[in-house]
Amino acid sequence: MMNLCDLIGRQYQNEERNYRMSRRRKNLLLVLACTLLGAGAQVLFKMAGLALGPSPSPLQMVLCPPLIAGYVLYGVSTVLLSFALRNDELSSMYPIISLTYVWVMFLSVWYFHETLNFFKVLGVAVIMSGVAVLGLPDGWRKPKDGV
Amino acid sequence: MQTPLLSFLLVVVASFIGSFGAVFLKAGSKNLKSNLRSLLTNYKLAIGGILFVVSSLFFVKAISQPGAELSVLYPMVSMSYLWAMIWSRLFFQEPFTRQKFAGLGLIILGIAILQFGKQA
Repeated sequence: MMNLCDLIGRQYQNEERNYRMSRRRKNLLLVLACTLLGAGAQVLFKMAGLALGPSPSPLQMVLCPPLIAGYVLYGVSTVLLSFALRNDELSSMYPIISLTYVWVMFLSVWYFHETLNFFKVLGVAVIMSGVAVLGLPDGWRKPKDGV
Repeated sequence: MQTPLLSFLLVVVASFIGSFGAVFLKAGSKNLKSNLRSLLTNYKLAIGGILFVVSSLFFVKAISQPGAELSVLYPMVSMSYLWAMIWSRLFFQEPFTRQKFAGLGLIILGIAILQFGKQA
């Protein structure tokens, strides 16, 4: 299927561009889904942490339902992410991936009643802007040859 | 209760290990196809996965400490960008650029700001 699309794309530049755009949109949605799954995994990890206490035994950890569920979400999110990154540069997805910080912050406040304050919001905003700068398209660097 | 220092150290270790997971994931995603067999026989992907699991064990340990705040500790995972930049240069010959230094500077600043936000 991919090869067929590639063939058509090579013959008609316009179609190649359309194809790339739809592929890109699909990847963006996939990465967005990954951030939600990833944030969900963090909440489950924290739930596990609360249930297990500071120094759990390995057996306790293996048998802890929220930890297992967290790993399942984390695993699904990681596999999906690796599929999305197959076609796209990781750095171009950075701004979307950093949305995970926002979801986790909201979930921490909502679910674990952690305080939301100016420094936390500013800290996350500054981190996200840094991540976005990292992912900026070839501003100060030379573009790579080829696709 | 305040997020303890041990939690911060554990997150640093977790991000360090996790950044190697990303290196293997990147290396493994190069020859990934949409079938189960190529997914299961991709040992680089498997190593990446294992490193992510090990990394997350340190993270779970970090947020399991009494008083540990998820909203402070999770954004600190962004420290893995620092490691990633170093490994990308070493293993994938991706150059250091002013842009990367600027982005990384902001990330480190953000992590520093977060420290003021933790519960007293």
